[in-house]
Amino acid sequence: MDVEAARMIGAGLAVFALAGVGLGIGLIFSSLITSVSRNPSSREQVFPIGILGFALTEAVALFALLIAFLILFK
Amino acid sequence: MFDPLHQFEIHSLISFQIKGIDLSFTNSSLFMVIAVLATTIFLVGGMSRSQLIPGRWQSMTEIMYAFVANMLDETVGIKGQKYFPFIFTIFMFILMGNIIGMIPYNFTFTSHLIVTFGLAMIAFGVATLIGFIRHGFHYFSLFIPKGAPIYMLPLIVPIEILSYLSRPISLAVRLFANMMAGHTMLKVFAGFTVMLGVFGIAPLFVNTLLTAFEILVAVLQAYVFTILTCIYLHDSIHLH
Repeated sequence: MDVEAARMIGAGLAVFALAGVGLGIGLIFSSLITSVSRNPSSREQVFPIGILGFALTEAVALFALLIAFLILFK
Repeated sequence: MFDPLHQFEIHSLISFQIKGIDLSFTNSSLFMVIAVLATTIFLVGGMSRSQLIPGRWQSMTEIMYAFVANMLDETVGIKGQKYFPFIFTIFMFILMGNIIGMIPYNFTFTSHLIVTFGLAMIAFGVATLIGFIRHGFHYFSLFIPKGAPIYMLPLIVPIEILSYLSRPISLAVRLFANMMAGHTMLKVFAGFTVMLGVFGIAPLFVNTLLTAFEILVAVLQAYVFTILTCIYLHDSIHLH
């Protein structure tokens, strides 16, 4: 196989982590919505934690993106 | 087609070398100076004519102060109040760097790994140093989780040490990757706008939304960096 083609495939495989990240962000927001709708007065305490979890999960996606960039623009 | 990574290039503005080490004043350093000056003007100007009933500018500075003070109070507690200036400095520096980078044609210094890694090492180093000063060698008990059975320790302690040492790396890469990926994405969509001509209105619309999203990310990442620094500080003060 051509090295260039293998690099493209590798970069594509590297962003496979997005599957897990999508699942994670979905779970975070689903539980955030559930907890706020069950107890609306807890919104102020729960919302920052949810956003923090979102940012931490999103970072994983960006790590994967970074690896893809490293493979592509070597 | 122009290069979306072109915006991250560093040019030296004032060349300056000491014994072969390049210490030039670059556009990155220029924007760090601008960020510090903007923060100083924002805070000093807001509080110079301070009144009991704050005006618009004064309430903005007070909101910033109260936001960080609240965050520190919730995560570290009363013992952390001593370190408020440190946390506030980190927050304002990163926030100003991210926000100034969102203005077109400006350079974003937080989109460089070495800058964020320097900041993360400062946060990590200060937290570790405080831990050792407060607890001495007892600080190593941080690596032994409470209630862990003895026979599991050979497995758990190396994992804990590894996770402790990877803290500055994850802290640095998170901020760097967020800023770099966001700005690259904005440039790529701007490139689509130029390529498509009249139909470029569609990517332009997307770009407008992305700009709003990036401003959210800029504030959010400053918040995340600060709150993680607070959590590390909590670990080194309270040991779990």
